[in-house]
Amino acid sequence: MNIVGVLIPLALAMGLAGLGTFFWAMRSGQFEDLDGAAQRILIEEDSDGEGAT
Amino acid sequence: MNAPLPRPEPAEPCIDSRFTVPGMRCAGCIGKVERGLALVPGVAAARVNFSAKRVAVSHAPDLTGEAIIAELRKLGFEAERAADNPLARDDAETKRLLRALAVAGFGMMNIMLLSVSVWSGADAPTRALFHWLSALIAVPVIAYAGRPFFASALMALRHRRTNMDVPISIGVVLATVLSLYETATNGPHAYFDGAVMLLFFLLAGRALDAMMRSRARSGIAALLGRMGRGAQIVQPDGSTLYVEAERIVPGMVMLVAAGEALAADGTVLEGRTLVDATMLTGESAPRPAVAGDLVHAGMVNLGNPVRLTVVAAARDTALADIARLMDEAGQSRSRYVRIADRAARLYAPAVHSLAFLSFCGWLLAGAGLHQALLIAVAVLIITCPCALGLAVPAAQVVAAGALMKRGLLIKDGSALERLAEVDEVIFDKTGTLTLGEPRPVDLSGLGEEARRIALALAQESRHPLSRGLARALRQEGVEPAVLDGVEETAGQGMSARFQGRPVALLRPESEVAGLAADLVIAGKAARIAFADPLRPDVQATLAALSGQGLACSIASGDRPESVAAVARELHLFAAAGMRPAGKLALLERRKASGHRPLMVGDGLNDGPALAGAHVSIAPGSASDVSQQAADAVFVGERLMPVALAVRVARRTMAIVRQNFTLAVLYNMLAVPLAICGFVTPLVAALAMSASSLLVVGNSLRLARSAGKEGA
Repeated sequence: MNIVGVLIPLALAMGLAGLGTFFWAMRSGQFEDLDGAAQRILIEEDSDGEGAT
Repeated sequence: MNAPLPRPEPAEPCIDSRFTVPGMRCAGCIGKVERGLALVPGVAAARVNFSAKRVAVSHAPDLTGEAIIAELRKLGFEAERAADNPLARDDAETKRLLRALAVAGFGMMNIMLLSVSVWSGADAPTRALFHWLSALIAVPVIAYAGRPFFASALMALRHRRTNMDVPISIGVVLATVLSLYETATNGPHAYFDGAVMLLFFLLAGRALDAMMRSRARSGIAALLGRMGRGAQIVQPDGSTLYVEAERIVPGMVMLVAAGEALAADGTVLEGRTLVDATMLTGESAPRPAVAGDLVHAGMVNLGNPVRLTVVAAARDTALADIARLMDEAGQSRSRYVRIADRAARLYAPAVHSLAFLSFCGWLLAGAGLHQALLIAVAVLIITCPCALGLAVPAAQVVAAGALMKRGLLIKDGSALERLAEVDEVIFDKTGTLTLGEPRPVDLSGLGEEARRIALALAQESRHPLSRGLARALRQEGVEPAVLDGVEETAGQGMSARFQGRPVALLRPESEVAGLAADLVIAGKAARIAFADPLRPDVQATLAALSGQGLACSIASGDRPESVAAVARELHLFAAAGMRPAGKLALLERRKASGHRPLMVGDGLNDGPALAGAHVSIAPGSASDVSQQAADAVFVGERLMPVALAVRVARRTMAIVRQNFTLAVLYNMLAVPLAICGFVTPLVAALAMSASSLLVVGNSLRLARSAGKEGA
């Protein structure tokens, strides 16, 4: 039974952490542009000089 | 979007502007726009929002929006100014619902975890502990996540109505109170999991609904703002000042540059010019205006810059009359009852009486007050309208998403419902069946070099002919030539030097019928004739529409000759020379005779008709008034989204009906069990989630069918 006393608070804490992360992500605008985020991974970052695309 | 607060910058305060760039299609475009703008002097940062097809630019105050639009055009993108986040309220609502959904999801998962051990036969002390833990999680979660429902239910009750939120709220509150009582008296069952799961699934439906509304609307708002909203007013000392349309008064002298839209009605003071009345009347050929002629707000000055004396402004313009007509016409549509509301109206009383009857029945049968109440709550929870609540938004969100990928933005869910009921289509001509923008008729006379020079000249100007020419040349894959000293002479044209030789794109010297421009290279002129061509897939779209059993016709404000030519080519019945009120009257007659017309139009003159039709669609190039009046907007040159919209709408409604059937079937199975008192929390939880998931899964099929259809 003792293990329950550890696991349940642990599970709750993890759940709360996830919830907190979601709130933070939403407040900082991470869900504003989901399609764009998917596309941006294809942009090459290193072309500082010429905008060659 | 981060709030557009003025951030204190040490060196130079920057201002934020937003532009819509509908042409962005891929990662390459994002990179091109962001890097290209970052190289412009005065621009501090540019960030693309790809979903909304917008770019937020932080720039020095002395860099004007027009200059940034010009830079974007040089990068190969058409851009328009967008208002600063006009939808903050809708966004806020979506965010509130998403937060509630996240909290409910968190609560649901943790309570389930505890419940499973109770179901699998925990003995009394453990069970009591777990029930207390569940209560600890559930009560704050319900208090937070249930607010949207409680607030709406209270509102309904205060107005002596009931809606779907009333049984939900009663069910959730009763279940929570009873479970607390059970927990306190060490009873075997608690309903916390059921109550929280109910909230979770219902919030999912709500959030989907809100997302659909705000996402599609932000797309439309992004397209708004093309019209002349203000004008340069000539001051007594001869200088000019930009005045917004609402503050212009009769008697002012307005300076209208070439290519600018008029913001008020006025008479031409001096000089002569050509005005384009396409937006206002649907007349495709520009007409000359000389001193003394009356021109109206909404027309575009194509020729020379002219001075006008304002005779009517703000509320008194021909434009405002159209707006008034539109307002009145829009009233009838706001009475349309959405299918979900109709279902709720039937559903809420039925559920209440069922729960109440089972409560009375069990009391009469000799069960205790406690047990009777428990069963009544079980009935309320198991008949939970979560499958019903998801039935409509789930299908509509999937359909709207699929349509958005194909260039059609839907404003709200009822538009899809109304689109599915349409039985005839009435098209405007100019700007709807045709592109509404002059395009060169034949470019085959121009050589490779001439085309490159023409594009380089045309893309520097905002004149409609230049824009049409530039677009046509870009479509052919022409690369602009490198020119020196490009200059625009208003009303005359563009001139520059190419490899030392003078080149120019000029207005023809002689007055010619129709529209034309002269491309002059080293003294040799080539005439380019322009016309307003049909959209490329008009025939295919009309065929698709009649294949769906819809009768098509034309109602245009243009002159009979030009309408007749199009009508003959497309084999359609057509009415020409119609005024805004006439179009509205035509639609009212069709509606009175039992038809449900779909109106497709773009001009200001179509505004009232768009508002008065059963449902309406406007192209993305339409005036903002028309886009506001229309239920949906399609972007791009192809007309096919109209046919696709009808097809997908019908398919959506078929899916919605299936969803309702599934929900009703589920209730028919589950309710008798609940009334007989067989429903344990486990059964309720399983049945509820199964029905909701079934509905969502069924709706997801729409994405595939919308993708397959329409070539």
